[in-house]
Amino acid sequence: MSARLFALAVGFVALLTLPYWMQGIYYINVASQILFYAIFALALNVLVGYAGLVSLGHAGLFGVTAYATGYMLQLGFNHPVSLLVALLVSLVSMAIFAVLSLRSTGIGFIMITLALGEILWGLAYRWISLTGGDNGLSLKTRPEPFGYSLSDVNAFYYATLITFLISLAAMAVFVRSPLGAALMGTRDQPRRMNALGYHVWAIRFWACMFSGLLTSVSAVLFVYYTQFISPQTLALTSSAEVLLMVISGGAGTLLGPIVGATLVVAVKTVVSGYIERWNFLLGAIFVAIVILMPEGLVPGTVRLWRLMWRKRESGAIKGGVGAKP
Amino acid sequence: MTLWLVLAVNSVTFGGLLFLLSAGFSLIFGLMRIPNLTHGSLFMLGAYFGATFAGGMLGMMFNFWLAALIAAVLVAAFGALLERFLLRQLPGQQLAQVLVTLGVSFVAADFCLMVWGGDPISVATPAGLTGFLRAGPAVFPMYRIAVIVIAVVVAVALWLLLERTRLGAMIRAGVDDPDMARVVGIRVPQLFTIVFALGAGLAAFAGIIGGPILSVYPGLDQDMLPLALVVVILGGAGSLLGSFVGSIIIGFIYNFGQALFPELAYFVLFLPMLLVLILRPQGLFGRFVA
Repeated sequence: MSARLFALAVGFVALLTLPYWMQGIYYINVASQILFYAIFALALNVLVGYAGLVSLGHAGLFGVTAYATGYMLQLGFNHPVSLLVALLVSLVSMAIFAVLSLRSTGIGFIMITLALGEILWGLAYRWISLTGGDNGLSLKTRPEPFGYSLSDVNAFYYATLITFLISLAAMAVFVRSPLGAALMGTRDQPRRMNALGYHVWAIRFWACMFSGLLTSVSAVLFVYYTQFISPQTLALTSSAEVLLMVISGGAGTLLGPIVGATLVVAVKTVVSGYIERWNFLLGAIFVAIVILMPEGLVPGTVRLWRLMWRKRESGAIKGGVGAKP
Repeated sequence: MTLWLVLAVNSVTFGGLLFLLSAGFSLIFGLMRIPNLTHGSLFMLGAYFGATFAGGMLGMMFNFWLAALIAAVLVAAFGALLERFLLRQLPGQQLAQVLVTLGVSFVAADFCLMVWGGDPISVATPAGLTGFLRAGPAVFPMYRIAVIVIAVVVAVALWLLLERTRLGAMIRAGVDDPDMARVVGIRVPQLFTIVFALGAGLAAFAGIIGGPILSVYPGLDQDMLPLALVVVILGGAGSLLGSFVGSIIIGFIYNFGQALFPELAYFVLFLPMLLVLILRPQGLFGRFVA
């Protein structure tokens, strides 16, 4: 465990000092992107990993927050008011989303969330008077909390980092909380949980709301980062991208989605510098990971690492948990 | 009045196309219990292949119907390979299978963009069907009427296949109770491949038949997949009648929605689906809840 603590400390210090050893605005911006996508991946992981509910409509919720923020700012409200309204709108949307999609689990849940995501995409695309259609919405300014202008690359990075660390801590607390434990119970044994007197539906609902909250947080960072939002952000591709982050890193682990987000954003950034075929690669990686390493990179690596150490100690080998993604 | 009549005919035509698309989707869903997220891509692949053959892009012009047939057979073969070599790797893991179909749909979409480029390709209406049918003040393109006839013929043929042949009986058995079907000696994995190929071929056929109406463009897959999804949720998975009724209903809602509230057309389209999910989760004619 101390090795793990040490690794975490090294990672923390590296993140904290990143602008000093990472030269170039470009790379610091990539780091900011990785961090807010990691929050998005953490949000989806609440459902995919801990609740066993695969959502293919999260990009739609992400878009609701981004559009709401952009729209309020365009109406001339200041940043705090816009953010508050955007958050409220997002949480209400999430509640509706949850009530509709929680009528089902498993494949049914995937289909409903997919359909809901497509509705939101369709609204963003067609409801031109509200969303600007294909032209999207532009944001003129970034906020200036406590007098620090987030237009500065380093300031934006630190704001993102702080939000990321708070989100990660919230996630860690959630997983260890009674609600988190109950949620994992509903994932593994919903009928037994029901028989034990737990309200399975309510537990899943609150998990959805927590996931929605984190999604909104990441969407706010996203929309301030790009200062632009278009229907493309809500497309099925975006939902699949974040799902790939969760699954490739390791669903149901705390660090997996962060590793996945790093991997996907890095590959996307590097690859798009050379070829245009990002979606081709995204699809191919998706298929390869689902078939070859369904448990994801983090549990896969942990398993291999333990395998090596246990062999030296006793020779006893136990496989990893969760063969299903 | 004339406008409504024309809209109604267009709705039935679109419903017919949706039926060709969603019948296979529904059968695959019924049998394998997975929504095949490549279905939109198969539709688009069929449309592109058909446009290539019929448009003389390979140096020689094929007859439209021959091109449609070749495209359908090619895509059916692709579907069979997809099932045999990717989905078969994950037996019984429905979630993983859905994710694989999602991944393949991205690869297919990007492949089409790479090969055929980003510009829409229009498909010429087949010779002999370019005329119009006059009924009083209303004028209907012959081709749209022909699409309705084709959809009805395919529906009857599928019904005969499912209800009157040995293969059909095996498929129905697989839909109703896969485990019991296995026990009585039906090779269910082989059925999976056959049904997947059949569904892929039908989707591709719908793609090329729809070509003269919708044209072919990148993103066609993303436009069609949700429609297939809605039809099957509405009509019920695994039910041919469900796909038929669902397709006609969605055809009407889609066309009238676009005419009456263009900005909210997409939203209106999904309302019946939400209603069905709340009131009757297995769909209008479904046999099981997804």
